[in-house]
Amino acid sequence: MDRKYSKTHEWFKIEGDIVRIGITKFAADELTDITFVALPHVGKKVTAGGTFGEIESVKATSELFSAVAGEVTEINKVLTDKPELVNTDSFNQGWMILLKSADLKPLDALMDAKTYQDMIG
Amino acid sequence: MVDFAGWDMPVLYTGIVEEHLHTRRAASVFDVSHMGRLELLGDAAEALLQKVCTRQLGDMVTGQSRYSHVCNERGGILDDIIVSRYDDHWGVVCNASNRQTIVSWLELHKPAQGVELRDRTTETLMVALQGPAVIPKISTMLPLPVGDLKRYRFLAGEYFGIPYTVFRSGYTGEDGVEVILPASTAQFVPGLLGGEGDEILKPAGLGARDTLRLEAAMPLYGHELDDKIDPISAGQAWCVDLKKDFIGVEPMRQIAAAGSEFALVGLELAGKRIARQGAHISADSNVVGRVTSGTFSPTLQKSIAMGYVQREHSAVGTKLGIEIGGQPLDATVVSLPFYKKGK
Repeated sequence: MDRKYSKTHEWFKIEGDIVRIGITKFAADELTDITFVALPHVGKKVTAGGTFGEIESVKATSELFSAVAGEVTEINKVLTDKPELVNTDSFNQGWMILLKSADLKPLDALMDAKTYQDMIG
Repeated sequence: MVDFAGWDMPVLYTGIVEEHLHTRRAASVFDVSHMGRLELLGDAAEALLQKVCTRQLGDMVTGQSRYSHVCNERGGILDDIIVSRYDDHWGVVCNASNRQTIVSWLELHKPAQGVELRDRTTETLMVALQGPAVIPKISTMLPLPVGDLKRYRFLAGEYFGIPYTVFRSGYTGEDGVEVILPASTAQFVPGLLGGEGDEILKPAGLGARDTLRLEAAMPLYGHELDDKIDPISAGQAWCVDLKKDFIGVEPMRQIAAAGSEFALVGLELAGKRIARQGAHISADSNVVGRVTSGTFSPTLQKSIAMGYVQREHSAVGTKLGIEIGGQPLDATVVSLPFYKKGK
């Protein structure tokens, strides 16, 4: 899989000059039953290392971080009615935003699948 | 598994919402062995407890328990506890996080003679069985008239030499029992409760414990209760006997006479977003309070919270704003509890 993983459990999938971002199943499991995903509006500018939203579960609220800077071109509206998709299909239907980024270099410093797997143990 | 007051405990077994709903519909077992279990013996034990507890204990009979607060001299809450009268001693169950505080407080205030304090926590275990199916189920499992036990009464004795206490109480808003046994019996407890595949009685963790108690509007130390808050302002005047001279009574008499500045209220939020502890509560654009606990209620399917607000904004029906994600979201003051069994 051509994804990169951050220490804060977001995954990044490069699709041309667009990056698709979501959170890993590990993170979704840690949060437990997700009740709400607060996503930015289309057009919002995100900074590298900055937050792009929040995710809530019965247990906790967590911020969502982007490793790259860019502009939000699309958000996964399905999550408004079905936030549980983040639990059941974290890597595909549970995607959160598409970011158009001019500088994807920060992704090189992120983990690949194996390194991330080692981190979560 | 998480570290909870120094104890390794499960947040969930299968899922918080699943365990929560199962408790309301059937039965769940919670391992609550982390909680402090103390015994006080001696002629001066009752007087010591009367001195440190806000509740009147003098008319309690053997086999009875009462909920009480223990406060410092300023009336701030050190812990909320359950006090139980056995035939030859008093029992105290306190929060795991405050066990050392309470033990030290009792040691500090006990007279030179007449009280022996024993911390039985690590020698015992405690499980809570909660839900409408509990009493019918255990009535078939244990040779004890648990079904006849009134709420906040307990049975204590020995079963084949094994000392037990079974209390008809709980922290979920459901019927059920809490059982204390020697720690040495731990390996037999799951088997006694029906084992892993039991369809009625299932294990539940800390996550469900919190969502259940919040729906039932039961306070949690570190959220609704702490040493900066007095029991009257916390909505707990019912467990305070202002006629008794206990540690902290003077400030409380003044608060009761003047009326408390703050009130603990229940809030229902519009939408699905969850209010978290510390979030500001506003009326128009003024901050008038803060959230102490919040979640998405699995039973009611609504976002609910508890918090302290200035008294003038505490009436049921008051419209307030709760700050979530940098903006005030609409909330309404509702009456507590959010959930009552049998409704």
